[in-house]
Amino acid sequence: MKKINGLLNFLAIVSITFIMTVVLSDSANSAGKYKHPESQEWGFNGLFGKFDKSSIRRGLQVYLEVCSSCHGLDQVAYRNLKDIGLNIEEIKEIAEQFEVMDGPDNEGEMFAREARPSDKFVAPFANEKAARVSNNGAMPPDLSLITKSRHGGADYIYALLTGYKDEAPDGVEMGEGMNFNPYFVGQQIAMSQPLYEDSVEYPDGTKATVSQMSWDLVNFLHWTAEPEMEQRRSLGWKVVLFLLVLTGLLYAVKRQVWSKEH
Amino acid sequence: MSANKSNKSSTGRGLVNWIDSRLPVFSYMQKEYGEYPAPKNFNYWWNFGAILTFMLVLMIFTGIFLSMQYTPHVDFAFDSVERIMRDVNYGWLLRYLHANGATFFFIAVYIHIFRGLYYGSYKNPRELLWIFGVLILVLMMATAFMGYVLPWGQMSFWGATVITNLFSAIPLVGDSIVTWLWGGFAVENPTLNRFFSLHFLLPFVILGVVVLHVITLHVSGSNNPLGIDPKGPQDTLPFHPYYTAKDSFGLALWVTIFAAFVFFAPNFFGEPENYIKADPLQTPAQIVPEWYFLPYFAILRSIDFDIWFIDAKLGGVIAMFGSIILLFLVPWLDRSKVRSARFRPIYKWFFWILLLDCLLLGFVGGHPPSDHVFKGIEWLLFIDLGHIGTAWYFFHFLILLPLLGTVEKTKPLPTSITESVLNGDTSSSASAKSGGSM
Ligand code: HEC
Ligand code: HEM
Repeated sequence: MKKINGLLNFLAIVSITFIMTVVLSDSANSAGKYKHPESQEWGFNGLFGKFDKSSIRRGLQVYLEVCSSCHGLDQVAYRNLKDIGLNIEEIKEIAEQFEVMDGPDNEGEMFAREARPSDKFVAPFANEKAARVSNNGAMPPDLSLITKSRHGGADYIYALLTGYKDEAPDGVEMGEGMNFNPYFVGQQIAMSQPLYEDSVEYPDGTKATVSQMSWDLVNFLHWTAEPEMEQRRSLGWKVVLFLLVLTGLLYAVKRQVWSKEH
Repeated sequence: MSANKSNKSSTGRGLVNWIDSRLPVFSYMQKEYGEYPAPKNFNYWWNFGAILTFMLVLMIFTGIFLSMQYTPHVDFAFDSVERIMRDVNYGWLLRYLHANGATFFFIAVYIHIFRGLYYGSYKNPRELLWIFGVLILVLMMATAFMGYVLPWGQMSFWGATVITNLFSAIPLVGDSIVTWLWGGFAVENPTLNRFFSLHFLLPFVILGVVVLHVITLHVSGSNNPLGIDPKGPQDTLPFHPYYTAKDSFGLALWVTIFAAFVFFAPNFFGEPENYIKADPLQTPAQIVPEWYFLPYFAILRSIDFDIWFIDAKLGGVIAMFGSIILLFLVPWLDRSKVRSARFRPIYKWFFWILLLDCLLLGFVGGHPPSDHVFKGIEWLLFIDLGHIGTAWYFFHFLILLPLLGTVEKTKPLPTSITESVLNGDTSSSASAKSGGSM
C-alpha cells in the first residue's frame, strides 16, 4: 500500500511538473505578427552539444567584415578569441585594426592607441545617438547576447539573416527605409539585408553562401552569448551523475533504516 | 549514531560536555532533530521542509558570493553580472544557481503550502505556525522581486516600474509613496541601490522567521497525512535516523533535478528580454513578471472595472494583496474540525480545483488580457479566464471554506496512527479507489 501511495505521489509530482511546463512554455508568445523560426540542427543543441570551432572562426570573420560596422560586441574581449582557437599573434592582429581612447597620460592628455588583446571589442559608434544618426534613427543592438535575448534564440537569428524578401507581399505597407522580413516582430526591420552571396571570402575555401555565412555567424554569436556552455555541460554531467549515485545510495540507506518499521 | 540514543546527549564527553553545560546547543539539537517525535506515517510531501531549508541556505551562500562581484549602479549593474558570467571563476555557476535557485525555492514553497492546505496543517494548534509560513512567503516574494531588479535588464527595469507604480493607486498619498519608494521621480539609481540593500537584508529576516516557524512546529508537533494527533510513543518515530534518512534521500533527488536545470537549461525559467540592458526609453512588447508571480499578476489585471468608488486600478491592487492576505486567515476561514482532506470527501475535490485554478491564473498572467485563448474562438479572451479564475479563488476561500465546515459530512477518523498503518492503510486505500488519495 505504501508503495502504491509513493507511486501515486510520484505521478502527482510528474504531472504537476508537466502541467507547469506546458503553462510556462506557452506563456512566452507575445503579441505581434511574425513567422516562427524553423528549428535547425545546431552542433551545440542537446545535452552533449559542442561548439563547432571552425564554423565559429568563420563567423568571427563575417562579423568583423560585415556586421562590426554597425553592431558592437561589448561583452567580449579580443583575448577571449583564444577560446575558439586563435593564437596570440592572430588576436593581436585583429585588435590592432581598432582604436581606443586611453589616458590621461603624464601630460594629462587623452590619447588614441591601438586596441590590445585585453580590450573589449571596440564598438562602431561612440554612443547611441551616433548609432541612430547613421542608421536612419534605428539602433543596431549589441550582439554579444543576441541569441540569448530573443525568443527563438539561435534559430531566430538564423531565420532572420536568411529570411529577407526582396519585396513585401501585396497589401503590406512598408515604412520609409524599412525592409520586409517575415521573422521580425512586425515584419519590418530597419536593417537592410546585410549578407549576400560572397560577401566574404573564406580562407578555408568554404563557399560563402548566405545560408553558410548565417550559419557560421550564429555559431559565433552563440559562443559570444554563452562562452561557458561546454564547461557547464561537462561539469553538469559529473555533478548530475554524482547526484544520481548519491540519491541511489541514500535511498538504500533509507530502506535499511526503515526496514524494521514496515 | 545508533537509533536508540535517548539520553546520550547529557553524557557527551570532554569539550562537547563542557560547552553543552554552558550553552546547551548540543542537547538542543539532540532534542529537536534527534529525538523529536515525528508521526511515523509522513509521506514524501513532508520532505519539503528540509528542501526549503536547503534552498534558503543555498540562496544566502550564492548571494553573498555574487555580492562580492556585483555593482549596484545603473551604469554598471548589467555589465557586472555579465562579468560574473564570463570572467569570475565559476561565476556562471554561482549566478545560475542563484537565479534557478529562486525558481526552485518557489516551486518548493508552493508545494509546501498546498501540502498544508490538503492536510489541514494550519488548524488548531498550528495557526501561528501557518502565519509564520505565510509571512515567509511574503518576504520571499519581496526578496525575489528586488533580486530580479538587480541584473538591470529590460524586464528588471520595467517590472520594477510597473510593480512600484501599483502603489500610486492608493488614494491621496499614493504618488508620494511611489516617489518615496523610488528615492526619486523614476526607477533610477537610488532605487537600484536600495533594492540591493534590501535584497541583501531580507533573506536574513526570512532566516529569523524560519526559526520562529520551526519553534512553533516543535511546540505543537508535526501534523501528518491522517491529520490526527499521535496517541503516544507507538505512533511516532525519533526524527533521527528515520526522517533524517528520508529527508536526505528526498533532498538529494530534488537537488539532482535542480542541478539538471542549472547545468543543462539554465535559462528555461528566464525571460530572454532580461539579457537586454535596461532602457527607460524602450518599453518591451510585453512586460511579464517571473513565473512565480504570474497568478497574482493575473488577479491584479482581472479587476478591470470600477467597484463603486474604487477604481479598477486600486481594485486590482486590493485584490492582488488580498489574495495573499487571505492566506493568513485560512485557519479561521476553514471551520471544519477534521484536518486531512482524506476524510473530507467534498473538500478534497475543491482542493484540486483550487490548485488547477491557481495554475490557470498563472497561465492567464503570462498573456496579454486582450489576446484570444484559442485561435478561432472569438469570444474567449484571457481576461475572461482571468475573471473566472479570480472569482473562483476568492469564492473558494471566502465562501466555500466556511460553508464546507458546516455542510460537509466527513468520514470517520481512524482511532490512531498505528491502527491505520497496521490495517494496511484502510482509510487511504478506500479513498484511493474513490478517486485519488494524495
Ligand atoms: C548598416 C548597418 C548594419 C549592418 C552592417 C548590420 N546591421 Fe544588424 N541591424 C542594424 C540595425 C539598424 C538594426 C535595428 C533594426 C530594427 O530595430 O528595426 C539591426 C538589427 C539587427 C538584429 C536584431 C534583430 C532583432 O530581433 O531585434 C540582429 C540579430 C542583427 N542586426 C544582426 C546583424 C548581423 C549578424 C549582421 C552582419 C551580417 C548585421 N546585423 C549587419 C544595422 C546593421
Ligand atoms: C530568499 C533568498 C533569495 C532569493 C529568493 C533571491 C532571488 C534573487 C533573484 C530572483 C535574482 C535575479 C537573478 C537573475 O535573474 O539574474 C537575484 C539576484 C541577486 N541576488 Fe538574490 N535572492 C536571495 C538571497 C540573496 C542573498 C542572501 C544575497 C546576498 C547576500 C543575494 C544577492 C544577490 C545579488 C548580488 C544578485 C544580482 C546578481 C544576479 O542577478 O545574478 N541574494 N536574487
